[in-house]
Amino acid sequence: MSALLEVSGVSVTFDGFRAINNLSFNIGTQELRAIIGPNGAGKTTFMDIVTGKTRPDEGSVTFGERSVSLLSLSEAQIAQAGVGRKFQRPTVFEDQTVFDNLMMALKKPRSPFAVLLFRPAKVDAERVAELAAEVGLRDHLDRKSGELSHGQKQWLEIGMLLAQEPRLLLVDEPAAGMTLAEREHTTALLVEMARTRAVVVVEHDMEFVRRLNCKVTVLHEGSVLAEGSLDHVTKNPAVIEVYLGRG
Amino acid sequence: MKQGFFARNPSVLVFLALLALFTLGVTLLSHAYGTSFLSTSFVKTLGKTLCLCLVALAMDLVWGYMGILSLGHMAFFALGGYMIGMWLMYARTEEIVVQALANAPLPATPQEIADGVATQIFGVVGGADLPAVWTFAGSLPAQLVLVVAVPGLLALAFGWLAFRSRVTGVYLSILTQAMTLALALYLYQNDSGLRGNNGLSGLQNIPGLGGVSQDALSVWFLWASAAALALGYLIAAWVVSGKFGSVMRAIRDDEQRVRFLGYSVEGYKLFVFTVTAIVAAIAGALYYPQAGIINPAELAPIASIYLAVWVAIGGRGRLYGAVIGAAFVSLLSTWFTGGRAPSIDLGVYIIQWVDWWQILLGLSFVLVTLFAPQGIGGLIDWAAGLRHPSRRGAALGPNDGALQEKEATE
Ligand SMILES: Nc1ncnc2c1ncn2[C@@H]1O[C@H](COP(=O)(O)OP(=O)(O)OP(=O)(O)O)[C@@H](O)[C@H]1O
Ligand SMILES: [Mg+2]
Repeated sequence: MSALLEVSGVSVTFDGFRAINNLSFNIGTQELRAIIGPNGAGKTTFMDIVTGKTRPDEGSVTFGERSVSLLSLSEAQIAQAGVGRKFQRPTVFEDQTVFDNLMMALKKPRSPFAVLLFRPAKVDAERVAELAAEVGLRDHLDRKSGELSHGQKQWLEIGMLLAQEPRLLLVDEPAAGMTLAEREHTTALLVEMARTRAVVVVEHDMEFVRRLNCKVTVLHEGSVLAEGSLDHVTKNPAVIEVYLGRG
Repeated sequence: MKQGFFARNPSVLVFLALLALFTLGVTLLSHAYGTSFLSTSFVKTLGKTLCLCLVALAMDLVWGYMGILSLGHMAFFALGGYMIGMWLMYARTEEIVVQALANAPLPATPQEIADGVATQIFGVVGGADLPAVWTFAGSLPAQLVLVVAVPGLLALAFGWLAFRSRVTGVYLSILTQAMTLALALYLYQNDSGLRGNNGLSGLQNIPGLGGVSQDALSVWFLWASAAALALGYLIAAWVVSGKFGSVMRAIRDDEQRVRFLGYSVEGYKLFVFTVTAIVAAIAGALYYPQAGIINPAELAPIASIYLAVWVAIGGRGRLYGAVIGAAFVSLLSTWFTGGRAPSIDLGVYIIQWVDWWQILLGLSFVLVTLFAPQGIGGLIDWAAGLRHPSRRGAALGPNDGALQEKEATE
């Protein structure tokens, strides 16, 4: 299996503090991966690097069959290339309806001129309704997303990611603020999504990670401490010391 | 889902109907075409107000919908005025010079005419040569192209530099203000070629229309201004009602998130900044023939600040809010500063509105910003039964320009 994303030897320094230290990471085209690690391990920063928000001091990040370097692309170009991202807090456009949020995310030409002339066709509206149904927001299409509950906003954001049809999905703590039932629904959805694309999930909650039932990468102080099945890494003494040992 | 544009945006029809009624009413009360109830100078004031409404509309798009508090749009407005003013002044002076030379024994050569025009126009600043910037001043089509091209290219170049380096919020506002100030200072110099602080004058005399009275011209310009405003409003409403409007509002509230959706935020900002600069310039090109005179004071930074105040008082993020704000505040300002508002005698002190109007306006601005950020447009929301979401004071996004709780509707 060839890698979709290849991160190698990446380092980032913030004001002399090394947040990411010689990090290397690969993921295949159809793979689910969990990243765990204590607070400040660099998990969010790792996502910032892949999505172009933070530029690394050294190292390389390549994407796709033709190994395009992401380091020279803007955030928007990286997103267009097929990298989707879900933030730690739900971030949806609160002044706009669920429909508008999803319509904006729908995979379509993104240039100002194309968007100016774009008027949703019937199929587009149907696709939006379908996505809304998938994330349980079918009855809320015309509501402003700011009125939704925390969990519904998380769902809307996941719906927007589905609409983008990314090849690589980076998900930062999706289960935060969700009820048990919602967590189960999320797990199922993430597993389902990973059948056709690569999905990287950052999560603190061990139970959640266990349910994902996938390969786990443990980050610590900006580099990979261990990698393998959850049982494998939780037996690793180094992991127990830095992460699990602290409860 | 499938409804017509007007069915989804009923306010557009209401606005267009009101504007048509207004224009018809003024026409029927004018000197030239009606009962002479309104003086020609007041008709001009109303025509100019329509142009201010148009530039306020542009400001609302760039600030209210996209969150860029530009303090440069009145500079684009004035530049548009300068570009049309050059033709008006040149062609009109040419007519006068040709007439004066007609009595001479020999027919005037083109060189003599050109020299005569240059002396007439630049005598006041001690020059007799036409500067290079006046190369096309004799041609109306060329100057009309420049009305669009000069402010458009300036906005494009400025925006490209500013947005590319991701300057946002207050810093961007300061940068636009610096641009405005630099442009004004440049125009104040005599060797800028635009007559320094004298500016351009006599713009109310339209070349070729010497036989038409100002009474009729004032109404014609009112019609043109109303048509431009109607068209501008229609296009603006169409743009903001679609996906482009969604992206604009998304950029206003959370531009980082928009980037991760794959939209090039900088490209959108540049596009809207430039297009609205062009709209401002067109409004200016219609305004100054009605004002009759333009000088560098017109593009002092304060003019652009006023523009922001109008939009804020009218209610940003609503097209009709911008129009109402511009019309209301600028007409009120004309009334107060025109010396027609009755002074208030407090016994110990007499409030002269000419002096106190600015303070009243400043105070209203602060009060509106603090207590009714939805502005006058909020009255319309109230009448339409719309309410604010209750968000415990949280804005609708993390950006500086994001919509505030009280500006939003449920
Ligand atoms: N822009 C920044 N400037 C300075 N320091 C930063 C910046 N971004 C992150 N850091 C630091 O880098 C380290 C890694 O942060 P990061 O947010 O990636 O951690 P994380 O693994 O996502 O933690 P958490 O589990 O709390 O979300 C932290 O010590 C953080 O303080
Ligand atoms: Mg984090």
